[in-house]
Amino acid sequence: MIRLDHVTKVFNPGRPNEYAALHGVSLDIEAGKVTVLRGPSGSGKTTLLSLIGCMARPSSGRIFVEEREITSLPERFLADIRRRTFGFVFQSFNLVSGLSVLENVVLPAAPLGEPPAVVRRQARAILDRLRLGPKAAQSVELLSGGEKQRAAIARALINSPRLIIADEPTAQLDSELSLELMAIVGDLKAEGRTCLIASHDSLVFRHPVVDRVVAVRDGRIVEAGADVC
Amino acid sequence: MMPLRPSDRFGLLLALLALALAGLLAVHPRLSAEAGARRTAEAARLVAELGLTDLCLLPEARYTRHLSQADLFSAFQDHPGAMDHFPSGSFLAPPAGLWQAAP
Amino acid sequence: MRWLARQRAFLDFTLLSLWRRKGKNAALILAYALVVFLVASVMFAVRALRTEAANVLAGTPELIVQRMLAGRHETVPESYVATVKAIRGVSRVTPRLWGYYFNRAAGATYTVMAPAGFAHGHGEIVVGPGVARTWLSPVDGQYLFRTVAGDSAGFVPVEALPEDTELVSGDLILMSGADFRRVFGLPEGFYTDLAVSVPNERELETVTEKIQRALPDTRPIQRRELLRTYAAVFDWRGGYVIVLLSGAGLAFFIFAWDRATGLSAEERREIGVLKALGWDTADVLSMKLWEGLTISLTAFLLGLIAAYVHVFLAGAGLFAQALKGWSVLAPRLDLTPAIDPTELLSLFFLTVAPYAVITLIPAWRAATTDPDAVMRG
Repeated sequence: MIRLDHVTKVFNPGRPNEYAALHGVSLDIEAGKVTVLRGPSGSGKTTLLSLIGCMARPSSGRIFVEEREITSLPERFLADIRRRTFGFVFQSFNLVSGLSVLENVVLPAAPLGEPPAVVRRQARAILDRLRLGPKAAQSVELLSGGEKQRAAIARALINSPRLIIADEPTAQLDSELSLELMAIVGDLKAEGRTCLIASHDSLVFRHPVVDRVVAVRDGRIVEAGADVC
Repeated sequence: MMPLRPSDRFGLLLALLALALAGLLAVHPRLSAEAGARRTAEAARLVAELGLTDLCLLPEARYTRHLSQADLFSAFQDHPGAMDHFPSGSFLAPPAGLWQAAP
Repeated sequence: MRWLARQRAFLDFTLLSLWRRKGKNAALILAYALVVFLVASVMFAVRALRTEAANVLAGTPELIVQRMLAGRHETVPESYVATVKAIRGVSRVTPRLWGYYFNRAAGATYTVMAPAGFAHGHGEIVVGPGVARTWLSPVDGQYLFRTVAGDSAGFVPVEALPEDTELVSGDLILMSGADFRRVFGLPEGFYTDLAVSVPNERELETVTEKIQRALPDTRPIQRRELLRTYAAVFDWRGGYVIVLLSGAGLAFFIFAWDRATGLSAEERREIGVLKALGWDTADVLSMKLWEGLTISLTAFLLGLIAAYVHVFLAGAGLFAQALKGWSVLAPRLDLTPAIDPTELLSLFFLTVAPYAVITLIPAWRAATTDPDAVMRG
């Protein structure tokens, strides 16, 4: 579904604080599978995720999303691909405070211009599925950590993306909630969605739902085994 | 029944304000036109009858009371372009011609 | 349709996010509305005054002839009447008697006039609405004047000019010619100035020239000049009201600039989140544009409504102080609404557009950065 071809990423090129985050990474991510990028912090996982998610451009190399090269597309198209293809779950949730859960969930749908009634119905269905239905009207600050994570997942799902990208989704969750999250990932996989998770949490990459673990270190892929358990 | 969206509510508020403004701009002048016309006619009649020349708006000095009858220099006694010491003096433009004459 | 749905979704978000800081934003709207209110009040009042002046003064004499002596007004000798009347095109010459009377007790100066066909008798006067309000010491129902001879003369007010004429007659006192001469010591055979009727508009210029040639010490004032004076009067751009307002406007501008351009870290992060969620730069800017429009449009409408009510329904109370100045005779402004759509439009563009634009600039900078910064939040 996603193919990376010798991708490098250099931050602040030409300046004293120049820093190469990725060195010629080539990677295939299969559709319908759960892939985990494993590696310590600073290894380049997050950079990889943002390149795949069309949030940043590689310094060199090419990226294909569903056989379409996106490296040189203008920002408008990137944003369009981003919202129709990907759902993002961020490490720090990034919920917009002051808004209710439902209002947060419908945010990615705003630029699509779908009828609001339809969007809200979808949002409610997703929230119900994630057991957040009763909290839909509540402000996001009042949610517990697990609820915030589920709200963030609900928001990632609103545009029915084919690929869910999650960056350290369990970083702020305890073991029980982490397992619950992986159960949700299992459900998503069962629906035929592709999941790409960056994590150095063994609860995540040892979980049976994971199809493939890719180890990343110092901006390189060190092992791309089928199963590293 | 779905609650009103924020944009609906805001639209409603804006529409109400616009309506109030339109009401004031379109309806009030019409309602007060009669009184206004009567007032104007009455004043105009007096003007014609007595041969009045000026509005009685700023009666603090003779050159502000009868603007059109004033000496050319009187409203700007210190300097042709100087501001007057009456607050009303600052509303008034200096006599036409003085500006052009000033170096 | 889709475009509309998108914009409405952005507007929804904007309103929700404005609502989060409702106190601050309400204060902003109020301050903004106050600026609009002040500018619009001046605009309404000036426009109405000009229109009123043009309508009311339409019937004023075509020509006023003053005599000048050493650069000041002088009384006109009766012989001038015949000289002017002999000029072709002049249908009627009316010598006028008028002057100013300072009443020490009231501290106010009144305009005293002796109209040609004064309908009342000796010792009787007609007073304007403002006079009746401010003349402090009528003794036995009489108005006491101090004459040039040093004695006092009592006059009985037999008639009051209608309230409706206050705009032209507020400080007016009418009396007979004989009384006028007695109070002011003006000798018989002299007048204040001459009102000249020239029925044919096209002859006015020639008549004016002829008068100046025949009577070189006179200054003729045409009705046209007089009306032009009133068109230029209250030229608010030169007025100090605007100077005061520009201070208020500037203060507001600084406040708005700070508010609009200083994107807080939180707002910056929010823009990043929105971008990460699939909003592109244009979407973020639309949203910010809606934010600017929401605030400025609301403030514009509120300010305009308040200004209309202030000027045309509440008698422009705020300007009374400025208009009053040194004078005791406070003019009462009963203005007939006169509104110029072009002025409204320019006010709209001068207030709404700049604000909407200054909210955009910082958002643009925040919105054009790559959204991946959010990933590292």
